[in-house]
Amino acid sequence: MTMKIFIPRESTAVSLGAHDVAQAFTQYASRHDIDLKIVRNGSRGLFWLEPMIEIETAQGRMAYGPVESSDVASIMEDITHNICNEKPPCHALSLGLTEDIAYLKKQTRLTFARAGIIDPVSLDDYLALDGFKGLQKALALSTQDIVTSVVESGLRGRGGAAFPTGIKWQTVRDAVAEQKYIVCNADEGDSGTFADKLVMECDPFMLIEGIIIAGLAVGANQGYIYLRSEYPIADEILQHAIKIANEAGYLGNDICGSGKRFHLEVRLGAEAYICGEETALLESLEGKRGMVRFKPPLPAIEGLFGKPTIVNNVLSLAAIPFIMSQGSHAYQQYGTNRSRGTLPFQLAGNVKQGGLIELPFGSSLKDLIDDFSGGTESNRPIKAIQVGGPLGAYLPVNKLDIPLDYEAFSKASAVLGHGGIVVFDDSVDMLEQARFSMEFCVVESCGKCTPCRIGSTRGVEVIDKIKNNDRRVENMTLLNDLCDTMIDGSLCAMGSMTPIPVRSAYSDFPQDFYLPTQESNHD
Amino acid sequence: MKIEFSSPLSNVENIIDSLKNKEGALLPILHAIQKEVGYIAPNTIERIATKLKQTPAEIHGVISFYHQFRTSPPGKYKIQICRAEACQSRGSRQLEEHAKERLNIDYHQMTSDKKFSLDSVYCLGNCATGPNIRINDELYGRISNEKFDQVLSNVDRDLK
Ligand SMILES: Cc1cc2nc3c(=O)[nH]c(=O)nc-3n(C[C@H](O)[C@H](O)[C@H](O)COP(=O)(O)O)c2cc1C
Ligand code: SF4
Ligand code: FES
Repeated sequence: MTMKIFIPRESTAVSLGAHDVAQAFTQYASRHDIDLKIVRNGSRGLFWLEPMIEIETAQGRMAYGPVESSDVASIMEDITHNICNEKPPCHALSLGLTEDIAYLKKQTRLTFARAGIIDPVSLDDYLALDGFKGLQKALALSTQDIVTSVVESGLRGRGGAAFPTGIKWQTVRDAVAEQKYIVCNADEGDSGTFADKLVMECDPFMLIEGIIIAGLAVGANQGYIYLRSEYPIADEILQHAIKIANEAGYLGNDICGSGKRFHLEVRLGAEAYICGEETALLESLEGKRGMVRFKPPLPAIEGLFGKPTIVNNVLSLAAIPFIMSQGSHAYQQYGTNRSRGTLPFQLAGNVKQGGLIELPFGSSLKDLIDDFSGGTESNRPIKAIQVGGPLGAYLPVNKLDIPLDYEAFSKASAVLGHGGIVVFDDSVDMLEQARFSMEFCVVESCGKCTPCRIGSTRGVEVIDKIKNNDRRVENMTLLNDLCDTMIDGSLCAMGSMTPIPVRSAYSDFPQDFYLPTQESNHD
Repeated sequence: MKIEFSSPLSNVENIIDSLKNKEGALLPILHAIQKEVGYIAPNTIERIATKLKQTPAEIHGVISFYHQFRTSPPGKYKIQICRAEACQSRGSRQLEEHAKERLNIDYHQMTSDKKFSLDSVYCLGNCATGPNIRINDELYGRISNEKFDQVLSNVDRDLK
């Protein structure tokens, strides 16, 4: 009987040696005459266990991890002696049935339902688990009905700004133009975020399906995935999946025999954070410097090459197949207040159990950390948590009760953004983090407006003066004024949000700025 | 993955010709040339400009905007260390110091034997298992100082 083992080809697993592990399994099997089939699947997103391998059994998949090449022989012995004889595994790296791992069981996976389960470039695997059902439904609907479903789902853009997706689609649908475009924002530049990458590497057909549905909804026949070049494995997998989708007639001139046309292409960025901002992204796709454009006009009216364009994040588009196939109500019933559905949270930084955690909106940040992190990797106490990427606030431990929904975060002067959570232990120096935020803005500003371009450079200098006790009190005032200027005078969120992490650093961690601690409300 | 440094200009012509009719062709052209040649040389910039009916200054303006494009040859192995927050929380600031010391160069420099160049990068999407580095197109996670030395001597061996 053929033995089937799953070994991820996803980039975190690969960065920790998954290819070597796969090779070691192949070699072991040929030496011992074992009929072994290795499936290179995606990842379940349990990164501290990567490379995590799974063996298919009658009861379900059994997992081992984290596996190194040197563990392969003993794992194979455990499999052949125990698992194959229907005895419980007894290897030190055995994790039992994958589905029973608490970290997975506690999640609500709608978008990531297939991640790690399927071979990402197997169309059969995708179809077997509801793949392209949403597209089939959409093909039978009017364009307005598709858009209405998305509106009713309550889906808001997952790329940071949380703008209602259905309303954006309605604008593009209603715009009158010969040519319209769908642009998938796969620039994922925020530190602590990797959910977009996981979608592309673990379930690329889901993203492709979402993009095709967007095209049908608004009457666009060309789509681009703007992918950051830091993700070569995602690029390879996407290209492969697009080729298969073309060959199988899901993309091309006659989608599923409907007579409708849709073409999709991957375009690579070139290491510029600002190209995640939608208008800078469009400039870059047009072959220019990625400089931010004034809005209005919105991209929905005048986007790529001046034509009406949907720009949506990977996760926004990836949620569409579920919404179409299961219905907007099925999606809308998850969540809280105006934050509907699920958000794939990304737990990263100094934690034992970093990974992807898809949950409905509404539980608290504290619960998420307590339930999933396993504590800090360094075993030291947590000092600060940055949520929402490099433009998000640093939260001190006494502010973690905040519910995970967009409005609750805004109310707390924080940012939920793309759902990235980065944990720091007590060795972190918040003055250095504030300095880094300014420095990041220096490096990544597009240069169009002075408060952002020059202000950030001044910000680094002022923080250095504070650090060196050069007229500390005056310079704190100056830093505060500078933050106001950046907020008021910047064209986009790069300049206007950089003050968020900076201010949270000195307001909530005054001791690191040599400020008296009782003055903690410095603004 | 190896990067070849020199390639006949005719290859570059072919690349430009095969891509120039795409909508927004410039970035795909620059990527393809950099992949083929390792960098985008001044005479290449002129060729691109002519074929796209733009000025060399415009092309140069685009190249200089993006961190990834370069106009001089890189080291055989382009090492990038992630400087972003999640990696910082797991020790990347110490790793940066170590790497600079080990290679005896600063960021944006190349070792005198032209084997290694050192650059920073902001987030490789591997934020739960940092510190992370990338060497050409390969990603390496959980890079302690010792592991950095080990990875480097492994690629160095491949080089010989
Ligand atoms: C500086 C900056 C960087 C951004 N980076 C990203 C990014 O990497 N990915 C993304 O999807 N959106 C990013 N955005 C948000 C986009 O501008 C835009 O709101 C989003 O792509 C819209 O898609 P959505 O409605 O599906 O979220 C960024 C915005 C700013 C201001
Ligand atoms: S705020 Fe900064 S990044 Fe945004 S448009 Fe102005 S200069 Fe460019
Ligand atoms: S912060 Fe280093 S990989 Fe994301």
